[in-house]
Amino acid sequence: MRKFTVLDGLVAPLDRANVDTDAIIPKQFLKSIKRSGFGPNLFDEWRYLDHGEPGMDNAARPLAPDFVLNQPRYRGAEILLARENFGCGSSREHAPWALEDFGFRALIAPSYADIFHGNCFKNGLLPVVLPAAVVDTLFAETLATPGYRLTVDLAAQTVVTPSGARHAFEVDPFRKHNLLEGLDEIGLTLRHADAIRAFEAKHRAAQPWLFTTGSAA
Amino acid sequence: MPSQTLYDKLWASHVVREEAGGNALIYIDRHLVHEVTSPQAFEGLDLAHRTPWRIDTVVATADHNTPTRDWDQGIRDPISRQQVETLDANIRRFGARAYFPFRDERQGIVHVIGPEQGATLPGMTVVCGDSHTSTHGAFGALAFGIGTSEVEHVLATQCLNLKRAKRMLVRVDGALGHGVTAKDVALAIIGHIGTAGGTGHAIEFAGSAIRGLSMEGRMTLCNMAIEAGARAGMVAPDDTTFAYLKGRPFAPSGAQWDAAVAFWRTLASDADAVFDRVVELRAEDIAPQVTWGTSPEMVDTVDGRVPDPAAIADPVRRGSLERALAYMGLAPNTPITEIAIDKVFIGSCTNSRIEDLRAAAAVVKGRTKAASVKLAMVVPGSGPVKRQAEAEGLDAIFRAAGFEWREPGCSMCLAMNDDRLEPGERCASTSNRNFEGRQGAGGRTHLVSPAMAAAAGIAGRFVDVRRGVPDASAA
Repeated sequence: MRKFTVLDGLVAPLDRANVDTDAIIPKQFLKSIKRSGFGPNLFDEWRYLDHGEPGMDNAARPLAPDFVLNQPRYRGAEILLARENFGCGSSREHAPWALEDFGFRALIAPSYADIFHGNCFKNGLLPVVLPAAVVDTLFAETLATPGYRLTVDLAAQTVVTPSGARHAFEVDPFRKHNLLEGLDEIGLTLRHADAIRAFEAKHRAAQPWLFTTGSAA
Repeated sequence: MPSQTLYDKLWASHVVREEAGGNALIYIDRHLVHEVTSPQAFEGLDLAHRTPWRIDTVVATADHNTPTRDWDQGIRDPISRQQVETLDANIRRFGARAYFPFRDERQGIVHVIGPEQGATLPGMTVVCGDSHTSTHGAFGALAFGIGTSEVEHVLATQCLNLKRAKRMLVRVDGALGHGVTAKDVALAIIGHIGTAGGTGHAIEFAGSAIRGLSMEGRMTLCNMAIEAGARAGMVAPDDTTFAYLKGRPFAPSGAQWDAAVAFWRTLASDADAVFDRVVELRAEDIAPQVTWGTSPEMVDTVDGRVPDPAAIADPVRRGSLERALAYMGLAPNTPITEIAIDKVFIGSCTNSRIEDLRAAAAVVKGRTKAASVKLAMVVPGSGPVKRQAEAEGLDAIFRAAGFEWREPGCSMCLAMNDDRLEPGERCASTSNRNFEGRQGAGGRTHLVSPAMAAAAGIAGRFVDVRRGVPDASAA
């Protein structure tokens, strides 16, 4: 997994609450059996004027001029500023894959849906939680300041604004460590293979019906 | 031992290893797999030269992409077909405890077939790359949706590194009124606590109204826990649970059944267990629900009206309300019963089981779909549900009323197959999400119970099923 340490990035503001994963990446693009290539269809229904389907030449499609990510001042943004309950809805990991493929490395919002929040960490995408009042301020500053950038420091757990204001955020220590080091979580878990086998023996003794095999047909 | 909630007991009985910061490595007993969220996980396993830890925990089916008619013609969309064939190939290669592929007589929606086959049991941890895995909590299991990286993690290790959730109790006491269902209870709870109300929590549903629900009703309720933001919802197992499970293909039998039931009876929150949050509703206060917006929390009773953004002071909330009403094509203060619909969808992992189809058929029987309704479709949750309904003559009732009777699958809940709304079309749907574009780009979804969806199909608009269902011609 890609490491995340310190990011100094351009900020794009998406001023909507409860942005769901159907909006982040519509279902027709979930038919792909790959992990990559979802960026051009990020927010597809908001971003383009026509209806998107897999296999289209996205560069030739008409853009919705008012949609924030189509505005030239936000081109190259790496930090998405969002509102509460971002990523609600389905468990599709295609949502963080699309955000990451588009170029985002960090998100800042007052809250996220649980499954989406966990999925981000598996893909080198840092979902920063800041209080709603701070997020309000960041929205105002982003809108008022062309080229507005923020520095997100995972080790220090801070977001620093251009004026030097520092906003601390909380992050789960296990996920923080994995993201800082770019660790393979499966490899980490397999280091405990003996503990898993020992648990299985105990579990089988307590609930043997969970270990029946063979055909039930 | 200190008193424990049901969630605490399920958690404690699956801890392989305590980790720093309150996390733990948690063992997974049942891994449900479908075609959309698994291909990249199997590929990842392969690329890392890893093998599945315990493939006999996997129960798999193809449901999201499968068509609901003309099964003899296969899957016409080549990209959908490739995804389903990829699952076929992965199961052939890696194995599974059971696989119900496209056109198998036991194929169906993953959250319908797990319980139907007895593959979901009390006391289990159940995961699936699908947010509606919360459904299986109805059995007193710890069941939750996961992303594809976690699907790969479970395949490779049989474990997940998890953060312990906070505990929420939602208690509903009293008796539900005539025409009020588990779906209405779920929507009323979401309307009360909001779509983020359960974020970070596991919800236990309790109280006499919950005890009075059938297993299918409990599944509907737990299914929607994720729409309240909670990754897991659960109901403590009881005699209703055991009666449902007994004799199902994957359920234990003989002496092992007796031992299992004895253990399952311990799976209840202790009387003095402490919850981080408690929410209480009276069953008598719950009326049939209809969503009017683009989030499940945008819901009201059928005798209510579309809200007026002008009455909202908070600019962010007012803005989202205005956007929702513009998308839905609704004017403020419109009575819900004056909203006319174009399509009806009865199906999805929320409401496609036999009791749902019976409730819809009871409304439809002897009546005819309103001429203004372009399509009313009934999509059973599985092959066994479909055959049961046909044995009871429900398909004939639907067909006689002008409703289409389809093959099982996820269908127009999320429109990954050919079943979808066209831009601007308005649907009375028994599914779980009314997000923008969920049932088709530009489509407008109103979430309701099966009886309410059926009644809307007859009347051509929403009607209060408690007051009888007028035909469209008499309306």
